[in-house]
This record gives sequence, C-alpha cells and structure tokens, in this order.
Amino acid sequence: MSELQNTLSFGNRLKRTWNSDLCWRFRHSPVAIISFAVTLLLVLSAVFAPIVAPYNPFDPGSLNLMNGFTPPSTPNAFTGDQFLLGTDDQGRDILSTILYGMRISLFVGFAAVSLGMFIGVTLGLIAGYFGGIIDAIIMRIADIQLTFPSILVALLIFGVAKGFTPVEYRDEVALWVLIIAIGLSDWVQFARVVRGATLVEKNKEYVQAARLIGRSSGSIIFGHILRNVMSPVLVIATISLALAIIAEATLSFLGVGVPPTQPSLGTLIRIGQGFLFSGEWWILLFPAVTLLSLALAVNLMGDWLRDALNPKLK
Amino acid sequence: MFSFLIRRVLQAGLVLLIVGFVAFSMFNFVGDPIDNMLGTERTQADIDRLRTQLGLDQPFVVQYWKFLANAVEGNLGVSYRQGRPVAEIIAERAPATLELATVSALFAVGVGVLLGIYTAIRRDGLVSHIIMSVSLIGVSLPTFLIGILLIYLFSVELDWLPSFGRGEVTDLGGWTTGFLTTSGLKALILPGITLGLFQMTLIMRLVRSEMLEVLRQDYIRFARARGLSEKAINFRHALKNTLVPVITVTGLQLGSIIAFAIITETVFQWPGVGLLFINAVQFVDIPVMAAYLMLISVMFVAINLIVDILYVAIDPRLRS
Amino acid sequence: MTLLDIQNLTVEYPSRHGVFKAVSGASLTVEPGEIHGLVGESGAGKSTIGAAIMGLLERPGHIAGGTIAFKSDLISGLDAVAMQDLRGKKISMIFQDPLTSLNPLLTVGEQLMETISLHLGLSQNAAQQRATALLERVGIPDPALRLRQYPHQYSGGMRQRVVIALALCSEPDVIIADEPTTALDVAVQAQILDLIKDLARERQVGVILVTHDMGVIADTTDRVTVMYRGEVVESGTTAQVMGAPNHAYTKSLIAAVPRPQVKLKRFSQISYGGRETRFAIEDIARNWTRVETQADTPLLSVRNLEKRFPIAKSIFPGHSTYLTAVDDVSFDIMPGEVFGVVGESGSGKSTVARLISGLYPLDKGTVEFAGQIVSDPRDKAAVMQFRRDIQMIFQDPYSSLNPRMRVLDIIAEPIRHHKILSGSALTKRVHELLEQVGLGAAAAAKFPHEFSGGQRQRISIARALATQPRFLICDEPTSALDVSIQAQILNILKDLQDHLGLTMLFISHDLPVVRQMCDRVAVMQKGRLLELQDTETLFAAPQTDYTKELLTLMPHLEGLSDEGLDI
Repeated sequence: MSELQNTLSFGNRLKRTWNSDLCWRFRHSPVAIISFAVTLLLVLSAVFAPIVAPYNPFDPGSLNLMNGFTPPSTPNAFTGDQFLLGTDDQGRDILSTILYGMRISLFVGFAAVSLGMFIGVTLGLIAGYFGGIIDAIIMRIADIQLTFPSILVALLIFGVAKGFTPVEYRDEVALWVLIIAIGLSDWVQFARVVRGATLVEKNKEYVQAARLIGRSSGSIIFGHILRNVMSPVLVIATISLALAIIAEATLSFLGVGVPPTQPSLGTLIRIGQGFLFSGEWWILLFPAVTLLSLALAVNLMGDWLRDALNPKLK
Repeated sequence: MFSFLIRRVLQAGLVLLIVGFVAFSMFNFVGDPIDNMLGTERTQADIDRLRTQLGLDQPFVVQYWKFLANAVEGNLGVSYRQGRPVAEIIAERAPATLELATVSALFAVGVGVLLGIYTAIRRDGLVSHIIMSVSLIGVSLPTFLIGILLIYLFSVELDWLPSFGRGEVTDLGGWTTGFLTTSGLKALILPGITLGLFQMTLIMRLVRSEMLEVLRQDYIRFARARGLSEKAINFRHALKNTLVPVITVTGLQLGSIIAFAIITETVFQWPGVGLLFINAVQFVDIPVMAAYLMLISVMFVAINLIVDILYVAIDPRLRS
Repeated sequence: MTLLDIQNLTVEYPSRHGVFKAVSGASLTVEPGEIHGLVGESGAGKSTIGAAIMGLLERPGHIAGGTIAFKSDLISGLDAVAMQDLRGKKISMIFQDPLTSLNPLLTVGEQLMETISLHLGLSQNAAQQRATALLERVGIPDPALRLRQYPHQYSGGMRQRVVIALALCSEPDVIIADEPTTALDVAVQAQILDLIKDLARERQVGVILVTHDMGVIADTTDRVTVMYRGEVVESGTTAQVMGAPNHAYTKSLIAAVPRPQVKLKRFSQISYGGRETRFAIEDIARNWTRVETQADTPLLSVRNLEKRFPIAKSIFPGHSTYLTAVDDVSFDIMPGEVFGVVGESGSGKSTVARLISGLYPLDKGTVEFAGQIVSDPRDKAAVMQFRRDIQMIFQDPYSSLNPRMRVLDIIAEPIRHHKILSGSALTKRVHELLEQVGLGAAAAAKFPHEFSGGQRQRISIARALATQPRFLICDEPTSALDVSIQAQILNILKDLQDHLGLTMLFISHDLPVVRQMCDRVAVMQKGRLLELQDTETLFAAPQTDYTKELLTLMPHLEGLSDEGLDI
C-alpha cells in the first residue's frame, strides 16, 4: 500500500478533485457558487445560533414585554432598545428567533431526509436487485403511498401518533413524530429512482463479474451497485431537503408541527400572520424571507447538481 | 389492451382494500372508540351495549368486512367531535373543495403545459431563462406563504378580492356552487391561484425536461434530416411523445391538488373538506380522518384509471 | 457532374480542455451512382463528416474551415432555413439504429406521407400511392396494410427498410448512410447492403457509406476514404486501397482484419501511431502454477443443458409463455482446447456461457468440471473451487469494470474473495499483473474511465488471471473493440492458451475471428446445437444448411492486401 499512497499524496488528490469535471462546472457556475454560499451561511449561523444570536429568545430573564412590537432598527418608544429586525408581541428579538427557528427547521429537514433516504435507498436496492415478488411488494406499497401526497401522509402519521401519545408527552415527542412523518412520506422518491438505476446497473457486466467470483448478493448490492446509484440519490436528497423544510414549515403553520415552545420558521410565520394585517409586517416578513432564501438556495443547488451530473447534457 | 385495463382495475381494487384497511385500523387501534364516544360518566352496561352495537365484540375479519360494507353504502361512522354522521358532513363540504380543485387544476395544467413547451422549444431564450428562474422561486415558496402574500396584496392593500370564504353561493339541490355569482367567482381567484401555482411549476418543469429529452431522440434527428420544419418536429413529433410520461405525473399532481387544498383552505378559511380534515387531525377525530382518507383514495383511483385509458389512447404499443 | 465536393473540411468542438478537432482538412467527392465508403476506427471523425454535410452537427461543434458543395453550389455555412430546404429533398440520411429512428407514436404511413407531402407537394391520395410504391420498392411485402401499422409492429430489418424508404421520399441525389447495418444480424445486413447497392445503380444516387467494418467496405463500395484521428490518410478506388494500400495506417488496419479463408498463426501488428503495448506472457508463465490434467479426459463436460425464460407472465400458473433459450445442449471441452460457439443474436450462445459459469441457474442438465459436478449450488465446496478455476472476459469493456472502483480494487477483488493473498503481498501481486498486461503499476490508483477500450480489456484480463484459473470463458471479447485493438487482444488470448495451457470457451458471432481462434466450433441456432466440428472441417465442409448459409454471408474480403500477414 505504501507505494500507492506515496504516488497519491493528499495534495495530488486535492488537485485532482479540484480539476474534476464536477468541480470545474461548479467553479464556472455563479448560480451554484452563490446558492452554495447562501446555504452554507444559513446552516452555519443556525448551528452556531447560541453564539451568533444577539439574545436567547427562550430565556425568560432576557425578555422585556415593554419591548413588544418594536419595528426594525428603530428605538423602542418606552425602553429605547433597538433591534435590527424588530421584535414580536412578547418583545423577543426577531433575528434571534429566526436563528433559533432555523435550527429546528434544518434539524427536522436533515433528519427527515436522512431517514427517507436510508429507507428508500435500501428498499430500492433490494427491490431492483432481487426483482420478483419482493420487488412487486415493495413497489406496490410505494405506488399506493405515492397516491397520497406527502403532506397528507405526514398529517395522517401525525394524527395517528397524536392519538397514541398521552397528552402530557405530546410536546416532547412532537419533534420526533414530525421527523418520522416527513421521512416516511418521502422514501418513495428515493426507492423508485434507486430501483430504476439498480435495474440498469445489475445487468452490467461488472456485476456479473462479481457474481462469477462468488461474491454474495449483499456485498454486490452494497459494495458494487450502491456507489453507482449515488448520483441521482444526491440530487433527490438535495431537492428533498428543500421539500422537507417546506413541509415542516407547512405542518407547523397548520399548527400540527413543532410545539410553540420550540418555534420553527413555520411557527414564526404562523404567529406573524396574525400581525400582518394590523401593520406589524416585520414579524412575518423576515422569517418568510429566511425560509424562502433557504429553500431557494437548496433548490438551486439541487437543480444545478441534476444538470451537472446528467451525462446527457454535457 | 383489455387485459391491461383489467389488471389496472384489479390493482385499483387492491389499493382501495388496503386503504380501507388502514382506515379501519385507525378506527380500531388509535385510542379507544368507546372512550371517545362515551363521556367519563359511564356504566359497564353502557360500554357493553356500545361494544355490541359497534360490533367490537366480533372477530377482526368480520369487523373489517362490515366496515367496508358500511363504507360502500355511505355509512362512514359518526364524528367524535360534531356527533353527526361523517357522510353528511362530507357531502356538505365536498362541493367547496371540488370547485376549488377544478379551477386550480385547469389553471395548473393549462398554464403549466404551455409554459413547459415554450421553455423547451426556446431553451436558450431570455424569456425562458426568466420563466425558469421564477418557477424555482415558485417551488421554493410554501403554498401557505403564497396565500398570505396574495391576501396581503390583493385583499388588504388593493382591496380587490375577498381574503376568506366562498362569497355568495347558490344551492343546486344539495350542491352549493360559487360559479354562478360574481362574489363567488371573485372568491375563487386567490385560493385557485394559490393552490394551483405549485402544481403549475411542477408540471411546467416536467413538460420542459421531458420535451428536451424527446428532442434528443434519434427519431427527432432523423425527422430533422428529412427536412421537416421545426414546427412539425416540435408539435407533431415531439409533443405527442412528451405527453406519454407527462400524463402519468400530471394525473398524480391533480390528485394531490385535492390534498394540498388542506393548506389553501386553512389560509383562506375555505369551508371545504380540507379544513374539516385539519380540524379532525387537531382533535384526533378518527372517523373524519378515516373517511377523508378513503374519499381521497377513491378520487385517486378514479384519476389513475382515466390516466391509464388516456395512455392506451395515445400509445399504440399498449394497444396490441 | 460531381454531386458532393468536400474540400479541406475542418470541424471543431470547443471544450474546457481546449479545441478538439474532430475533422481536420478532409476532402472527398461523390459522383452519381457511386457508393463512397468512409472508413476508420472510433474517433476517426467519419460520422462527423456526415453530420457536417447535413448541417446537423451537435452543439458546440461547428465547421471551422473548408467548403462543402452540392452540385457546385456551396452549402456549408447556409442558414437553418436554407439547409432545411436541402435536407431530405436533395440529401438524405440513414442512421445506425432502426429501432430508435422512427417515431413510435405515428404509423409508418403517416411518417412517409408527411415527408412526401412536404417535399413533393402531392395530394393525400397521390402521397399514399407513392408511399405504397416506396415500401414495395424497399422490399416490404403487403405495403398497403403495412402503411397503417406502427413501427413496433415491424422487425429490426424491416424498420431499416422503412428508414431507407423515408430517405427516398423525395428522390434525393445523395444519401448519407451512417453505419446502416451495424445494429443488424448478418443475414439482414447483407439484404440491406444489397438494397443500397441496387438503389445507387438504379437511381444514380450518390451514397456516402460510413462504417468501421472493412468487410462492408470491401463488398459494397466503389471508392473508399480512410480516416485516422480526423484526417484523411488515403483515398482511392476500393480495389486499389484494399488491395495495395499506400499509407502505413491503412496497411496496419487491413492487416488486422481477421481473414475468413485462412488461419493465421498470429495477427500481424504493424503498429501505427505508437499504440502497441507490451504483453509480458513469459513473466506470467514463469509464475504460473499449472494443475496437471490428463489430456484424454474432458476438463469440462456439459450434458443436456436447458434454460427457459418467461416472455409473458400470467397470474395463472401454467399460462405463462416461455422462450427456450437453450435446448438440450451437450458437449465436452478437452484440456488446453479453445472451443468456439457461434450463432446469430438470439441463438442462445451467450446463455450457454452464463449457464456454465453459474450466472444463470440451470433448468435442466449438469455441468462437470475436472470430474466434479459443479452445477449443484448446494455443493458449496465444489462451487467455491470452481469459481476459482474459471474466469470470464466480457464483451463490453465499458460495463465490465465498476466505474466507481479503482483498478487496484477491481483486480484485487477475486484474490481477496478467495483469500489467496492480503495486505502488501496483495498490492504487490496486483502491480505485477498490471505490469504484465502492459499497463504499468501506476494504473492501480486510477479509475476505469481513465483508460481506452483496449486498455480496459487488458484490465479485465488481469482480473481474470488474478486467481490463476484453468478455464477462461470469453463472451464476444472483442466485438466492441476497433479492429486494430481486436488484433492485440486476440493475440493476448492466443498467448494465454499457448504458454499457460488455458482451456477456453470462445463465444462469437464473427466467423472469421472464430476461425482464427478456435480448435473446434459448435454452431447454435434458436437454442439448439446444430453442428460440432473441428474448425478447419467446418469451414471447408459444413454439414448443415444453416452453417452453409452463415458461411456464404461471411464477408469475403478477397481483394484485401496480404501484406504483413503471418500465415
């Protein structure tokens, strides 16, 4: 191994990655660079919200009800405090609630997509590789679920879970139920695409070569095929992330998502909706703009990735 | 072809049976129906009576069968929350949702297909690029936010259109319609656009990518090599081939319009089944949830059958 | 009058790696009634010339220099509208794959009549009559009925006839045929080429026939232009270029073509452009552990093989219909022998290879290897040993190597799986193998896409040799390769047999290749084994009518130069 490692030093690898087609396209696409930068900025500021945010909106000690409804960048009439993006009815700093809210939104989004991806990719590989009755069962379930839009599936799972949980625990488990509901509503996309790609891959001769050596089905599926079906998975995962963030916002907006004690972007918009018509536009506008920027940046990246990874469009 | 359709009908039946099973399981396992229907002051005799009355003492399969038979007859149980038969509540609410869904579907398909074709044919044009960029914003903007923005702009600021409700409706023998009054029609515009916008962008992007895919095919190159005009190539050769995959997905999208109506109805306080459902979820009103689920699945199955028939009509390969 | 006159044509494709010249400074002319062959290996730029004439270059490709004139009118650089007027009307084109060239949703009649009305302005009735006449001319029986059918109701050969009819709609002066028979079986191929020949004579159409197949060139064309990496290297009458080539590249190309009439010791490798790569067979042989075998007992014997595939599945048991892909096939292969199996597509030859190797489960029959039954999956020990002793070289070098694995891991996989070596000894072994097949140890760190088709096939060979097998299955090992690369790979296979005494099962549709490679040959048709003979006997005195027909359809290549052949 040592000889090989020497010829491929870290710097060399980095250089090769930098010059690879994907990287080259990335470097030459302003849209890709901007959307990547925006996503990175938003994710980082959400992750480091406790450091970045000017206030902790969930610390009752730092709240002053007198600061309620302070417009953006204007000193409060009573306290003289100034907030960049203004405050809500309870005097919470909007910027801080957005940063903390985005944490919840992103956490739910990433966790739900990971769950959906894990289930979908595994089932898709199995259905595509083994075919026959296993395939028929998995894909029939997928078809039936596809009949129901994800938001409805998520609502149903949410409703059923609510029925099962005693009232006093509902808030505690709500976040996890939300993740499971969105994740389970979204595996079908992955399964269908992975199954399709697996059907193509399994007939390629490299799979036959591996079978000829005597490799087991498991090692062929996960050692050989999986790495060849990852490009479409990556594209779907990106687009699903945007959809999951929107789904979370939607469910929270409908009042069935995360509890009000941990407001996500959707919850903030729901709260803001009540004040929009009475003139306090900032309570709605800034969370909405953040949500839009996040979803748009992720969607743009997904769109770009799909084109960049599509060999037909070269 | 006949066997293809028979198979599809059988599959549709299977889907309905499974959905029925899910709905039935919700009834049986989520919470205790007895708990839900009787108050805290109850005697064991009350419980036993209700148990027999609801057939809960019978074997599982028998209960399932009875549930299905009841559902077919239109007996969908009694709402825990309102105490009225679910079928009655749904019949009252359905026209509002169906009218809204129809308007949105026409908007989504009509505009979506046209823009999709346009952006595919003029793939490098400036207008196409603008449409594509705007459409990405459309996909990134949650439906409820679109609704709120439209209300703010057209109802609050401009005061042109109503911000909630159906306006004035006419009762046509149990079917209430908003199509016949000016205020009813005006009330449909904002929710119709809100509901249709997301589907429209999806359909547009789908039509575009399918058409670009078709335009790369050998038979298009060959048609070009035969000297056929761009018009004949785009509209006679490419469009028809584009429609084959588009129809399936569009069918699914149209079905999901009814489900997405949940959000739009919440934003616009539209008195349809979606609003009914969301309230049911909040209050764990299982009979209403189950009935809604079955209603949606019946519609889906119907739409899918129509899609299959269209498929056969378009693609000669399925006919032989 | 010259129909087409191309002078100094240069076509460029700008890309991030710089400007790629697909064609540089190519000149050629086409006269009425003449079939002009355009021959070369992949990447020679021959198809690009066809697309440039039609004005159908794929973006961002463009004509960067030179002229194309049609009947002395300049047509290079015409705008889209003017080109559209010319396309189909004066110059037509036929594509390679008849399965994808026709619109699946329109009837054949609709497609024909649309083109006829467009170019000739005929009424509906007159157009229909002309469409019927055209179908009849290209040899489609019952044309009136066939007009109302859709493309999927036609066979592959019939579709290619429809494509030709479409190209003839407006009496064009020039037809550009881009590999028109590559996707077809030999028998159909011969018919289509005859049709093109007849049309050229009968209507005085000028034809540019783009192909990689020297057999097609020698049997069909009047003049030929040889291309290499975008440049014309030689041009002249077919008899002159094929019989007495001047340019070194043409010589090497012709010498690499497998001959049907005579068995060569080795393929000659007059290399051109420094492409010859070493294959260190002596090094391999030195480290090879041979297993002693008795020369008079078969190494592999298969008995009564049968395999059925479901065509139409029915939900009712017993109602499914099956295709019997392999039907009662038995034969023995002796140690050190190269055993050929030939047949057209669908004959079941590849299925036999997959049944023997255990890639498909058997429906009936047995496979015995070195005296041990290996077709019973329950006998794990026997199967495991068999997996070590057999290896396979596949047809498509682009799909037989996992694109996301490094060459090191690809070659190491069989060694790891059979736990022969591990750690640094394993890496060392892989590097040795790569040196021996002529790629060098540095290749281990690369991915398959960094190699050409011939180099990939060498990686496949290295992988196959990794477990020191006794039996090698070659399934059309060279049919996806250019003819000069094919010669190299076939020589390597010959070396393996000579120096290591490897026993081989060699599957091919290409009779000349089979004659060069095999000791005995089995002919298969529709799943059955028709004839089994010593190779020389089979070619000299075929027994069955089917074999006789296959042999007549073989390209004859009589005018080809013998220079450099190792007879």
